[in-house]
Amino acid sequence: MKELRSVGTSVRRRDGDGHVTGQTEFVDDRSFPDLKHLHVVRSPVPHAEIEAVDTSQAEAVSGFVTALTHEDVPNNIYTILRLIDIGPNEEPLLAEERVRYQGEPIAAIVADTKRAAMEAASKVEVDLTELPAVFDVEEALEPDAPTLKEWGTNYFEYEGHECRRVRYGDVEKGFKEADHIIEERYQTSPIEQAPTETTAAIAKPESNGRFTVYTNTQALYFSLDNTAMIVDVPFSKLQFVGGTVGGGFGGKVDVIVEPLATLAAKKTGYPVQYKFTREEEMQVSSPRGAWRMYYKDGVTDDGEIVARQVTSYADAGAYNRHTPYAVTKHAANVGGPYDIPNAKFDCYCVYTTKQPSSAMRGFGVTPASFAVEGQMDKIADELGLDRWEVRFKNAYQNGDVTPHRKEVEDATLIETMQSAAEMVGRDLPPEYATMSSFKEQDNEGDSRV
Amino acid sequence: MSKRRGTGLATVNYPTGMNLGGDPTQALIHSTTTGNFVVTLSSTDLGQGLKTAMAQIAADAMGVPVDNIIVDTGDTDTGPHCMGTFASRGTHRAGNAVIDAADEARDVLMEVAAEELEAAPSDLEPDGDGNIHVLGAPDRSISVMDAAMAAHFEQGRTISGRGIGFKPKSDVDPETGEMDPDSTEAHATVVTEVEVDTETGEVDVLTVKAVYEIGQMVNPALVDGQIIGGAWMGMAHALYETTDPYYPDIDHKPGSFGEYSLPGPSEVPDIEYEVLEIPSQTGPYGVKGIGEMSATPPIPAIVNAIKDAIGVQITEIPVTPEVVLRALEDEKESSEEPPVAENRDGGDEP
Amino acid sequence: MSGKIVELTVNGRTVEEIVDPMEPLQSVLRNKLGNMATKTGCKQGGCGSCTVLVDGEPIVSCLLPAEAAVGTEITTLEGITPDDGLAPVQEAFRDHFAMQCGYCTPGMIMTAEALLERNPDPSRAEIEDAISGNVCRCTGYDPIVDAIEAASESMNGQGDDGA
Repeated sequence: MKELRSVGTSVRRRDGDGHVTGQTEFVDDRSFPDLKHLHVVRSPVPHAEIEAVDTSQAEAVSGFVTALTHEDVPNNIYTILRLIDIGPNEEPLLAEERVRYQGEPIAAIVADTKRAAMEAASKVEVDLTELPAVFDVEEALEPDAPTLKEWGTNYFEYEGHECRRVRYGDVEKGFKEADHIIEERYQTSPIEQAPTETTAAIAKPESNGRFTVYTNTQALYFSLDNTAMIVDVPFSKLQFVGGTVGGGFGGKVDVIVEPLATLAAKKTGYPVQYKFTREEEMQVSSPRGAWRMYYKDGVTDDGEIVARQVTSYADAGAYNRHTPYAVTKHAANVGGPYDIPNAKFDCYCVYTTKQPSSAMRGFGVTPASFAVEGQMDKIADELGLDRWEVRFKNAYQNGDVTPHRKEVEDATLIETMQSAAEMVGRDLPPEYATMSSFKEQDNEGDSRV
Repeated sequence: MSKRRGTGLATVNYPTGMNLGGDPTQALIHSTTTGNFVVTLSSTDLGQGLKTAMAQIAADAMGVPVDNIIVDTGDTDTGPHCMGTFASRGTHRAGNAVIDAADEARDVLMEVAAEELEAAPSDLEPDGDGNIHVLGAPDRSISVMDAAMAAHFEQGRTISGRGIGFKPKSDVDPETGEMDPDSTEAHATVVTEVEVDTETGEVDVLTVKAVYEIGQMVNPALVDGQIIGGAWMGMAHALYETTDPYYPDIDHKPGSFGEYSLPGPSEVPDIEYEVLEIPSQTGPYGVKGIGEMSATPPIPAIVNAIKDAIGVQITEIPVTPEVVLRALEDEKESSEEPPVAENRDGGDEP
Repeated sequence: MSGKIVELTVNGRTVEEIVDPMEPLQSVLRNKLGNMATKTGCKQGGCGSCTVLVDGEPIVSCLLPAEAAVGTEITTLEGITPDDGLAPVQEAFRDHFAMQCGYCTPGMIMTAEALLERNPDPSRAEIEDAISGNVCRCTGYDPIVDAIEAASESMNGQGDDGA
């Protein structure tokens, strides 16, 4: 390995001076002559048929430039993961016959100022016939629940299965061998990424027929590719500029603002800015989804987990966004950093009439860790065992195989526990104090560094 | 006294990167006439410090001072492809791409310097201070700047390199769930101490003590930022935040920072931490990553500490004062009930 | 909408601008005077990213009609940045890594500037109280409090050995 001179040192941030002088350029710090502003007309109810949309009152507002409805969207499919063949296409950019969550975009207004766009948007008349809503993942799977998807169910289908499955060993045999069965239900809340800079893009038509899109997306090419497909322009006609983001936390992985801004720029010939208001960022941008998880662990008298069964439900809200993949990632993590010899996991991606959830720091893993660690304490407490020792006893080591059949490498859980025990002044029994994640090696942990 | 203290423990893993659809990030690197090196990316800095970290990795991979690295990112017309900054993949993927690109550029730089020094490229080594030396002959050296000038104007060569950090697509077996969903795993143990007011239901997080093992650190100060910021965000998720507190009455969704509950600066606990560096097998210089991870283990550690304090396991977050009070009430009711429930068979009531 | 010409004093310079009725000071600073350091995190008065000083007091400029600032001294982050470097508070924020994404930083620094002006030696609790109206989603606040403490020490001549 090359000598490390800079790596490992706390060199100053390259953007530090820009940040402390306020000169770092964020999306809406750019100004353009004739910049127009876009504001979206949203569904006031969670589930309804759209009977009619009337923009005539909006057109009378001073500063009004144009209105966009689904008829203006060349390829009205906002299914971001279709880039990597995860379908089906199930979300429109602007709603067509139906809305499935409160806040779903129905039309967009472009105007000279944000204020005018908002005023005009408030004057768009949308005639809706309300349909029953469903807000709970398990209720959504009941036979009498309102069906949200064209394919007739309220769950994402994983290669012919109604959930992402993990099967390893023989979980029923494990439960029979166990001395105790420890069960619990866990529930997390949806939370907002709440970056201090709201999601924003400016699309500017260029004289050569291209569009420059300034954006705070977390993923420039991902946003470019999706935008090109929705707006139906060749990929070569788009240039995306960004890389400086006022907080993301997963919230800016969605491609919400770029397609509409680009479409509006294409239609009007003006540069158009679409920046979420704080209220939109809070209420209609994709939050971290809520998860409900049922854990059942088979445990021996001395605290060894011999079987784990998990049924979990991710609340995707009304549309997929990134949740089908979050569920897969979740399925690979509901076992936690422990050696589980028999496992059966059924992880559902469920649709409800809530704002679509998507990526956030900890994507599918955070809820799993919350539940797993609740289980570890519950096992210790119900069996009268030490909470540290139950974790040491079950900790995975390099060379173990996870329930999703991956050989563990880079495991260091044991080492963090040992250091933490020292930090909080807790004496460990010798068998745990000398344990290592590296089974084959001696316990001189540093020798491998 | 209505205040009870408890300690909670959580031990977690956190995966770096993803498997879906293949997971690439590319980097280009080239020398300017004067021996500065431009690293061109399309990766995004969310505030975690990617621009800084990539300069550091490029400096060591090229063997030049970090001040001679220029990071140019965020333009799809010039920057090669990056999947994006998410899944704790930024430093891992872009870092590997930068090293890969620098390796190629460094080979050219050594060839150019070798010609100038009339030595074999394999006998040369950069000193990291801007010079290239012939091994074993300290007086024979050339500055990186002079080598770059020679490449541009005398030898007619470009000192440049292309690189990629790539994880191939890994399909999931639909029957067994077999998959390879990540590139490495970081780990952490977090211990928190809380004080619960059993009259108001309020939870005060007093201390967070954490050990993170994240492979090689690129910039320890940036890692500190992730740990402290993550501890705060984890506490917020555990105790404060939700976008739908009043479903099914969705008209109460928060729409402002005034309505969305977050802890403020005075609620931040005392945070003590230690970072272990055990190199990963796949990351640049053994990097694992800490972007997402640090916001997770404080959550179960806090919830477990609440159980330790009040003797009742709470299984939902956020643990608002209402949740605490209801849990205490349920516990009280169940402990006041006769030991045998009335609907059971048998007559063994006391 | 009928505009009105008002006279504003921003960073020591007096300018005339046409402002709309109830147009926030934030909008005038950014869109008409080009002071882009004044950020726009919420336009609800809830995040503090647009904080400027009005006669030395930290004010969220998104809620203050520009007309109401007539006759005051308005100071933005551009106004406290020296021509040849950084103010002590800015230096402390940079050296203590008291920012990540940087979006809350300008408002945070203006709030800190106002605090140190009226209380040159604040306690940690006083710093936390002062910045409690400024939302930071990245740092967990501790590094910011550290930076303001360090700025106070360096401004009081006690020296600062950096991060």
